[in-house]
Amino acid sequence: MTEPRQWTRRCWQRLIGGAARDDGERSYDYSSLLACGGKVSQTPRPAGRHRVVVPHLWPFKDEYEKFPGAYVNNRIRTTKYTLLNFVPRNLFEQFHRVANLYFLFLVVLNWVPLVEAFQKEITMLPLVVVLTMIAIKDGLEDYRKYKIDKQINNLVTKVYSRKEKNYVDRCWKDVTVGDFIRLSCNEVIPADMVLLFSTDPDGICHIETSGLDGESNLKQRQVVRGYTEQDSEVDPEKFSSRIECESPNNDLNRFRGFLEHSNKERVGLSKENLLLRGCTIRNTEAVVGIVVYAGHETKAMLNNSGPRYKRSKLERRANTDVLWCVLLLVIMCLTGALGHGIWLSRYESTLIFYIPEPDGRILSPVLAGFYMFWTMIILLQVLIPISLYVSIEIVKLGQIYFIQNDVDFYNEKMNSTVQCRALNIAEDLGQIQYLFSDKTGTLTENKMVFRRCSVVGFDYCHEENAKRLESYQEAVSEDEDFTDTLGGSLGNMVKQRNHSCRTVHNGPMGRKPSTHVAGSSFTLGSGEGGSEMLHSRQAAFSSPMETDVVPDTRLLDKFSQITPQLFSPLDETTQHPALETLHIIDFFIALAICNTVVVSAPNQPRQKIRCPSLGGMPIKSLEDIKNLFQRWSVRRSSSPSLAGGKEPPSGAPVSFVSRLPLLNRMKLASPVEEEVSQSSGGSACYTDTEKQNRDESPMNGKGECPPAQSLASSLCYEAESPDEAALVYAARAYQCTLQSRTPEQVTVDLAALGPLTFQLLHILPFDSVRKRMSVVVRHPLSNQVVVYTKGADSVIMELLSAASPDGASLEKQQMTIRDKTQKHLDDYAKRGLRTLCIARKVMSDTEYAEWLRNHFLAETSIDNREELLLESAMRLENKLTLLGATGIEDRLQEGVPESIEALHKAGIKIWMLTGDKQETAVNIAYACKLLEPNDKLFVLNTQSQDACEMLMSTILQELQKKYRVSSEQPSLRVDLLRPPVPQDSGIRAGLVITGRTLEFALQESLQRQFLELTSWCQAVVCCRATPLQKSEVVKLVRSHLRVMTLAIGDGANDVSMIQVADIGIGVSGQEGMQAVMASDFAISQFRHLSKLLLVHGHWCYTRLSNMILYFFYKNVAYVNLLFWYQFFCGFSGTSMTDYWVLILFNLFFTSAPPVIYGVLEKDVSADTLLQLPELYKSGQKSEAYSPLTFWITLLDAFYQSLVCFFVPYFTYRGSDIDIFMFGNPLNTAALFIILLHLVIESKSLTWIHVLVIVGSILSYFVFTLAFGAMCVTCNPPSNPYWIMQEHMLDPVFYLVCVLTTCVALLPRFTYRVLQGSLFPSPILRAKYFDRLTPEERTEALKKWREAGKKNQLPSQCTDQSADKSGGRPLPGPSAVFAMKSATSCAIKQGDISVCETAFDPQCSESKASDMAGSSGS
Amino acid sequence: MAMNYNAKDEVDGGPPCAPGGPAKTRRPDNTAFKQQRLPAWQPILTAGTVLPTFFIIGLIFIPIGIGIFVTSNNIREIEIDYTGTEPSSPCNKCLSPNVTPCICTINFTLEKSFEGNVFMYYGLSNFYQNHRRYVKSRDDSQLNGDSSALLNPSKECEPYRRNEDKPIAPCGAIANSMFNDTLELFLIGNGSYPTPITLKKKGIAWWTDKNVKFRNPPGGENLQERFKGTTKPVNWLKPVYMLDSDPDNNGFINEDFIVWMRTAALPTFRKLYRLIERKSDLHPTLPAGRYYLNITYNYPVHSFDGRKRMILSTISWMGGKNPFLGIAYIAIGSISFLLGVVLLVINHKYRNSSNTADITI
Repeated sequence: MTEPRQWTRRCWQRLIGGAARDDGERSYDYSSLLACGGKVSQTPRPAGRHRVVVPHLWPFKDEYEKFPGAYVNNRIRTTKYTLLNFVPRNLFEQFHRVANLYFLFLVVLNWVPLVEAFQKEITMLPLVVVLTMIAIKDGLEDYRKYKIDKQINNLVTKVYSRKEKNYVDRCWKDVTVGDFIRLSCNEVIPADMVLLFSTDPDGICHIETSGLDGESNLKQRQVVRGYTEQDSEVDPEKFSSRIECESPNNDLNRFRGFLEHSNKERVGLSKENLLLRGCTIRNTEAVVGIVVYAGHETKAMLNNSGPRYKRSKLERRANTDVLWCVLLLVIMCLTGALGHGIWLSRYESTLIFYIPEPDGRILSPVLAGFYMFWTMIILLQVLIPISLYVSIEIVKLGQIYFIQNDVDFYNEKMNSTVQCRALNIAEDLGQIQYLFSDKTGTLTENKMVFRRCSVVGFDYCHEENAKRLESYQEAVSEDEDFTDTLGGSLGNMVKQRNHSCRTVHNGPMGRKPSTHVAGSSFTLGSGEGGSEMLHSRQAAFSSPMETDVVPDTRLLDKFSQITPQLFSPLDETTQHPALETLHIIDFFIALAICNTVVVSAPNQPRQKIRCPSLGGMPIKSLEDIKNLFQRWSVRRSSSPSLAGGKEPPSGAPVSFVSRLPLLNRMKLASPVEEEVSQSSGGSACYTDTEKQNRDESPMNGKGECPPAQSLASSLCYEAESPDEAALVYAARAYQCTLQSRTPEQVTVDLAALGPLTFQLLHILPFDSVRKRMSVVVRHPLSNQVVVYTKGADSVIMELLSAASPDGASLEKQQMTIRDKTQKHLDDYAKRGLRTLCIARKVMSDTEYAEWLRNHFLAETSIDNREELLLESAMRLENKLTLLGATGIEDRLQEGVPESIEALHKAGIKIWMLTGDKQETAVNIAYACKLLEPNDKLFVLNTQSQDACEMLMSTILQELQKKYRVSSEQPSLRVDLLRPPVPQDSGIRAGLVITGRTLEFALQESLQRQFLELTSWCQAVVCCRATPLQKSEVVKLVRSHLRVMTLAIGDGANDVSMIQVADIGIGVSGQEGMQAVMASDFAISQFRHLSKLLLVHGHWCYTRLSNMILYFFYKNVAYVNLLFWYQFFCGFSGTSMTDYWVLILFNLFFTSAPPVIYGVLEKDVSADTLLQLPELYKSGQKSEAYSPLTFWITLLDAFYQSLVCFFVPYFTYRGSDIDIFMFGNPLNTAALFIILLHLVIESKSLTWIHVLVIVGSILSYFVFTLAFGAMCVTCNPPSNPYWIMQEHMLDPVFYLVCVLTTCVALLPRFTYRVLQGSLFPSPILRAKYFDRLTPEERTEALKKWREAGKKNQLPSQCTDQSADKSGGRPLPGPSAVFAMKSATSCAIKQGDISVCETAFDPQCSESKASDMAGSSGS
Repeated sequence: MAMNYNAKDEVDGGPPCAPGGPAKTRRPDNTAFKQQRLPAWQPILTAGTVLPTFFIIGLIFIPIGIGIFVTSNNIREIEIDYTGTEPSSPCNKCLSPNVTPCICTINFTLEKSFEGNVFMYYGLSNFYQNHRRYVKSRDDSQLNGDSSALLNPSKECEPYRRNEDKPIAPCGAIANSMFNDTLELFLIGNGSYPTPITLKKKGIAWWTDKNVKFRNPPGGENLQERFKGTTKPVNWLKPVYMLDSDPDNNGFINEDFIVWMRTAALPTFRKLYRLIERKSDLHPTLPAGRYYLNITYNYPVHSFDGRKRMILSTISWMGGKNPFLGIAYIAIGSISFLLGVVLLVINHKYRNSSNTADITI
């Protein structure tokens, strides 16, 4: 059963990745859609954006009939063509290309008898061949899609059938809107449907969306409110509600609508209720839903936009040159026309060799010249290379093939390699000038490691944890390869398997003894013994490094003071020391519950744990015992037979039925009800246990819950963001273990207090606008409604309660805590940690009820729900009390500093665009060598636009002054948007700009100044940037500087930036696949970027540009032979070669070598390219293919064609040579010239080159010989009969060919030789490196670099001296560029200031290692 | 079916592991081809490396050039223009169309005797036999003896396809404009009696043309019968079956006709007219002395400023006289040699600084 499932997922991925559909196509394929659109507009719904779904069943039969075919069914068709329309449609599409139209025009032109140059059929040949090749390619692609579609359409699902009163198997394609579908665990959802029932007692259903967005963590979906309480499966027969929801759209994260019961009561629907097509049901036995969107209207299909089409810079350049060729062609044809006119006018009388028109009349020279113009266009058509476009496409495919097969891009951990999603911009990789990078997950691993926290104004620096991480890293670095392979592959393997497969691997634990120093005894004590602990599959964000946190001893000490007695007097204000302890508890509770983490046990992957284990629970207090008894009693009352642990299977339904109905959250306002609900929670817990037992019984026979401790340590947390997981793991280290989470309640196991069950009243999820999330719970001990909020410090700090109601002293205390925490936060940020603030708020029941009422209104509205919800959240999240802050380290990815250094050396300007704080961002920038320690750093952080402008101009003046002194090029053209960039002026400057200031800088008036400023800086860091700003920055740089930009990112917030840039690269990391989906290339690690750009980019660019140049050369050289001949045939358009040979010459004999050249050419080896990133600059400057090289190539082509024509001409002049006898040596010599030209231009020749070149020559001779032998009269009137044979016996033929070839190639050959000896380009010199032995090579590299430095040194010296003369010492940390009052601009130096808190003297030791760790990783 | 899916995985990067099986890796093969590490010849073009090439080219080309030049110089060739545009020319009288047939005689002297086989050409200048529409104006099927094409020639022959409702054989402008001067050569010996030189009509066309490409239409014994239903080209004086008395050289396989049908590449061209075979090793084929050329002047060329020539040429392995090729070879060989020397100097200088040269930027 797993096999089809695997397969469907694969299909989905493929579909999402590869299917191309556009709107026009849809209307073409689905006429029903049109009907649908009409329908919607008829119904007087607001804005016509809603759709009504009624069950496809009896009570609504009539209403259903009203929508005949209104909604598409679930059959999908992603193919473009059908068998019938393939030919016309494909042709239609192909003739959208201008080039094809041009050739079609030529073909048509050739049918005009007056201008006919060739035989009609022959002119069609190239076009037909090209069209056929592309048609075959398209057809094969489409057929592949068709097969996949068919397989998907024929998948089977269970659909309710009224006839049989049961769910019956039906194909996916037969599912329609309004159908009820029942899905079991691990089944793929066939259509978008609203969840109506789940076997889960809480009405939850888990889905895995990896097929949709690649995110592997589970997502929760909820049964529509009101249906949760139904104790039995929803009965389609009795379902009498109607659903009204939005029209189909492609927003995966939005679904709005409501369900209207027959009594007109409405229940809001959100994306939480929607099961998306293509996802997989997990952890839930069975679900039932009603289809709302089917087939192409599902969100998955609407999101399926197909591959992206971009045009590369090189191709644009080539297109301009094609236009030049057109101009050249016109000139040549005009020459021909003019020449023919003049030639004709020389003769007065009828010529013996001039054939009059059929009607006997002689054309006037003018008219004849006009006709001749068109004839010449046909004759010389090859000048516009028809095969160029086909060849480019083939070459690009080959290049992509090689990129994808590069073993260096393989990431063993993820078993992934580079993905090329855009097929036609590989050569742009070689021309990148600006790189825009995200920080989190792109430069860093996005593996969050809890490092420090500050609670109630005290900083706990977790020194032991730092040590552990350090030693972990050392330990890992040794056996990383091995364990990573093992862990990665195992993890992957298991992930892909069914639930039944378990893998045990305790690799991480093996390291434990060596890594744990201070906290080891504690951790070991808490677990049941490290070696026994089973680490199962690697859930998301749960590598051992992240999960094992060693607690801080001092914090632990304070933790140990926690006793249940603390809570006995409920007024927390009385005891001062207790307040801190209480805050600590609250802090950790907040860490544990203020999130959306899903808990699962590893030995039951993806199964929820909700067994509040009894056996291992430490009984600490009377409170607990009371609690315990309470539970026992509830348990006993609901099902007496639990003690035995063996529930007979038949008993299960009873327990299901007997479950107390859960109360609606709305009503949970009073403590009395809360009691009930708590007990109901207990019962839920119990029944679930029972259920699990039942499930497991076939497997192991015993259904007892594992002991709490071992359970706790082996719990798996699956979080939507790694930060959350890190915090939960941190809380776990302090014995504050998140044990289970249901929509109704959260259980936290506090060591001191035992398991506490928080009633979950509400979750306000995280969003980027609020930058925070909150949970509203009822505290089990104090019985109050508490709001825990977690969010960005800037946001939380503003929301803290200004005046505490508890009195002045407390207020003061709060203020000091706040100040201290702020200080700590700044410190964390300087260390490059991600900071979060934790706060809480206690609400009264009435306050909560009030808020809840308003919130409910917001939830049920359809139209502007977002705004209302935001407002509602604002009402809740205010007047908070600060609990503390956390610092989470996001470690740099492996090889990032080296990559950035290399890219810098390659002349790429790197911008880091991040949403993080300024300090964090700057710190990371230093760590990854984006900024060098002795860089000048300018900070743009202003509050107003004017200030920003002033500051920028000041900095600019300063820089210009320096630049003028340092180099003698003072002309700074301010009027141009592209200032002279001081590439090697020696000034290294970095710019830091905050999101707010960026907004000013992006204003129209400041853009130019901003760009000028940034062009002086090697690195720019934009912090606190929103996704929109990111894309705006990219857009600005791209459009105004006209540079090639590359954006790299890993998260959804980078998508817009990725789409805007010339090349978008997605890092398939921890944050899902949205970035990858939007990208042109997807890599798994940032460091792969250096090889992708420096090696493959360089290769692709040089290869393709050389190939395109060669193509132009080839065509011009060959066509000019015909042109020169016109001077000797009265400009009559005669071709001295047989038409077949003429056409096939370009089409076959000389088409393969350039393609091979374009795919396999390797000017410099990969190693050298990586070691000398400077070589990349040639691509940036478009050296390989500049207008100059194009014209030189054309000139060379002219010269060669002249030689190729006139050497045989002078040889055969005046002899009895006939036309084809004359053309044959010309043609043969041209073949040799063209092929040998390629050999001269090739930097490396493999056996493939040799094979292809020899093959081309052989095929030419074989063809001409065979054609000459067999074609006696077959191809009138041109007749090459026995020509080649005659020539093969003639020594003059060989002499002519040899001479022509040598003379034609001599200049280029000599030029190349002289270039190689006298003025070799860096690339040519780098080529030498490939020949050296390793030792010589390192020596040479050293010398090269030294020479490079020497060149840069003088300018740096002048820079320094300029500094001194200006009286502004460079390393002065306090050097300020004016206006400190208005702005906060400071030149910062690279040294990271160390501001240790007074409380933690030990921390200073760890600092150094801390830094080393982050930069060395 | 499973195999099918697996194959697809590779292409599309599906899930990395087959269910139940061992983990399937997407790691690309570490082969020389896929990793682009194929052993390659990487020529670096510098003075040092290509030096031998230039010298070798020079050393080979110069002797070849000398050889060709000497051979070409050894070829005896004489051209006699008999267009008759100059009033002094004996053929001037034939320019007016009234004189038919017009026979004129031109005297010339061979300074040196012609050894071996001598080829007799007629040369035309400014005759664009390579005009596109002229070149096409023929029907190869008809010339190949296809009987249906004989009576229904290709459209390409228009307007020389039909005449007076009869198909023209051979059709087309090429055939229509066939050269029809008759040239006779006489040696004015010591005596008063001029000796006619035997001119061989056969063997001037390619063997393949005469035997494969050109064929008379099938049919009866009589050539005239075979061409029944056709008419002669407009400009011709005689029908095609009366070109020669020898049945092996008549009709379409008349070698003069075949030679004419091989359209010349350039507006100034010569065509082989007759062969003068060597009789014996002792006597030169054409001894030095005075000769006269007897011309039956039929072919008008003055309308296009054309010239008509008679050429006598001996032949070598490389064909007719052509100094160009030899000179070109010598020139290119010398240039190449010179370049070699220049490169030698460069290389010498370059080598001295080679240690630093490859590292300075």
